[in-house]
Amino acid sequence: MSAVQTVGQVMADGVIDFDIGSLGRNFWALTIDGLTYGSIYALVAVGYTLVYGVLRLINFAHSEIFMLGMFGQYAVLMLLGFTPRGDAYDEGTVLTVVYLLLAMIGGMIVSGSAAVGLERVAYRPLRKRGAPSLVFLITAIGASFVIQEFVHFILPKLTNDKLGGVNAQQPIRLVVPSVQFSVFGADVTNVEIVIVVAAIVLAVATERFVTLTKFGRGIRAVAQDPVTATLMGVSRERVIMLTFLIGGLLAGAAAMLYTLRVPSGIIYSGGFILGIKAFSAAVLGGIGNLRGALLGGLLLGVMELYGQALFGTEWRDVVAFVVLILVLMIRPTGILGESLGRARA
Amino acid sequence: MSTDSTRPALQLSFSDKLRLWWDALARPTQWAVGVPFIILIALLPIIKPPLLTTVGTDFGSVLAQFGMFALLAIGLNVVVGQAGLLDLGYVGFYAIGAYTVALVTSPVSPWNLTDDWLAQDWAWLFAVPVAIAFTAVSGLILGTPTLRLRGDYLAIVTLGFGEIVRLLADNLTNITRGGQGLTQVAYPVVGVSEERPNGIFSAGNTIAPLNSGTWWFWLSIVLIIVVLLIVGNLERSRVGRAWVAIREDEDAAEIMGVPTFKFKLWAFIIGASIGGLSGALYAGQVQFVVPGSFNVINSMLFLCAVVLGGQGNKLGVILGAFIIVYLPNFFLGRTELLGIPINGDDIADYKYLFFGIALVVLMIFRPQGLIPARQKLLAYGRPIYVATRKAALALSRKPAVETKGGAR
Repeated sequence: MSAVQTVGQVMADGVIDFDIGSLGRNFWALTIDGLTYGSIYALVAVGYTLVYGVLRLINFAHSEIFMLGMFGQYAVLMLLGFTPRGDAYDEGTVLTVVYLLLAMIGGMIVSGSAAVGLERVAYRPLRKRGAPSLVFLITAIGASFVIQEFVHFILPKLTNDKLGGVNAQQPIRLVVPSVQFSVFGADVTNVEIVIVVAAIVLAVATERFVTLTKFGRGIRAVAQDPVTATLMGVSRERVIMLTFLIGGLLAGAAAMLYTLRVPSGIIYSGGFILGIKAFSAAVLGGIGNLRGALLGGLLLGVMELYGQALFGTEWRDVVAFVVLILVLMIRPTGILGESLGRARA
Repeated sequence: MSTDSTRPALQLSFSDKLRLWWDALARPTQWAVGVPFIILIALLPIIKPPLLTTVGTDFGSVLAQFGMFALLAIGLNVVVGQAGLLDLGYVGFYAIGAYTVALVTSPVSPWNLTDDWLAQDWAWLFAVPVAIAFTAVSGLILGTPTLRLRGDYLAIVTLGFGEIVRLLADNLTNITRGGQGLTQVAYPVVGVSEERPNGIFSAGNTIAPLNSGTWWFWLSIVLIIVVLLIVGNLERSRVGRAWVAIREDEDAAEIMGVPTFKFKLWAFIIGASIGGLSGALYAGQVQFVVPGSFNVINSMLFLCAVVLGGQGNKLGVILGAFIIVYLPNFFLGRTELLGIPINGDDIADYKYLFFGIALVVLMIFRPQGLIPARQKLLAYGRPIYVATRKAALALSRKPAVETKGGAR
């Protein structure tokens, strides 16, 4: 090992392996799994995009809102009498769906109230003082620390070590992934169907809500021009609260769906990377743009898995970030362009 | 709208008065006060003041860590505080600096030079400028495509960059050995004696109080002073004025003829190289580099230091770095504080919780930080600046004859 190796030699030794064959063989399976992850990213991304559209603020703590949602739905399952164990419960289709819905609602309530609470405690005082945007971002980072460490240290003390702490929660499995049908030779499991369908329903419902209802019009008005909107009788504060609430609710729903796919992902630090990716997804599609968030999420999820197949599992996150940087270099406002206010009905 | 004629025209807080007093002093007087103060700080690990010293860990090592953080804070301050560019991936440069030194000097690295022609004794000294150059280039590589982005986009892209660097260190196992890390990184071999067979800077030198931590702390003080002189001069130059202009209003700066992209890039490169220097120090001190030390959360801590202390103020960010490093270590292993029994290890564990709360509260009540930066008359040089300060100080002492419609 005495000779100094050149970069080329080390690369030739197989530092990064390209496995195009694997990508080709598993193309459809990867696409389906990518869409599953992507729809979760999309739901979380909506939270980023709405808040950004209205406040021009990266709600950095949104990833922790998502993380709280995971714990919220877990707590609901525990309250329903489920205990963590190695094998899955078998409750029959109808009951399982009911339990999952209850868990999702639990997650949504926890995340939604956390998001609104965060806005009240951390962001509203800053808005009253007219703080610059950097101050908001740093507050968000601070809030993110607080929420993480709350789950890390305080929550186990409050719940007798049942929730929170250093380790991930032992998974409670209600659904066993079982193959339902095949697309182009790729198996589609029930979990994947549930996640993608639920996510798309929620995303479309949100999009309809923002485009069609009076509240939605308020959101778009404030996003477009806060001063004029206020003059026209829109309560800016209420709109801001509403955007945080919607973002939080969707993050809670996404959290439940995510734990279906990754049952062992419930940990205090589990929101961070997912949050960054969801934000990347929002930026990718054009931040402030609801359809952009959906498109960006799905694209990011799929590309990430293609990259994973091509380079190896450990490069998955790198692929996501590189895609983000490349897209921003070519199209700085994202694929669909940024604008919540100008989104037409 | 006060009509009270006895009110002073210029109401100054204590810190403002202190600052005015300091600024109005002549340069030699400033040195006469400053140098003993710095010497006092440097002697801290030997004096070990009773309440200030750490119980659970070696005080010298804590201060050495503070030195590295202070360098990082100064570097990040150039980017965030001076030029107003939000860099959330600063830890990436720190990592590149540390890994450059480790890759060049560690015997287990494929690019190790110490087997060939580089003497182990001099390897660290050789690697430091290489690390600085390398981080500067990486700052250029990151900055060129991304600095055309504004504010929030830049924040997220730099965040991604920081994470990419760590993942590369983790995944390129043929080069960096991944999670196993690079061992036996070189350090300056100086002052070899019988008691200290590997020199004073070796991690094996644990003979208190002149252990390796103390020596690294002293080395970092010297480097901090050098970096402060360079950065301070830059701030007062055309470059510094351009940064301030960009920070305050990028569009206006561009219209007034400031080549904003060029100066943003400079801020990025200079900030990056200071981060690289700090990383090189780190690699030398611990002699062992693993990807886990460069998590993105560290970026947040660096940003905490800058914001806590007061972005744009060099002294402030050093204070911020001190708080960030010192407080958790202060509580580590402490069972009582001023006679009150406490569980120090628990409190040290909660550091992120406390930093988080501190950040949120600070942003609400004192967003400018503990020691905020003040705008100075950059254009006219020191004599005029001192003259105006003197006038302001005088004004603050005597009550104004009459004020109408409040001070501002």
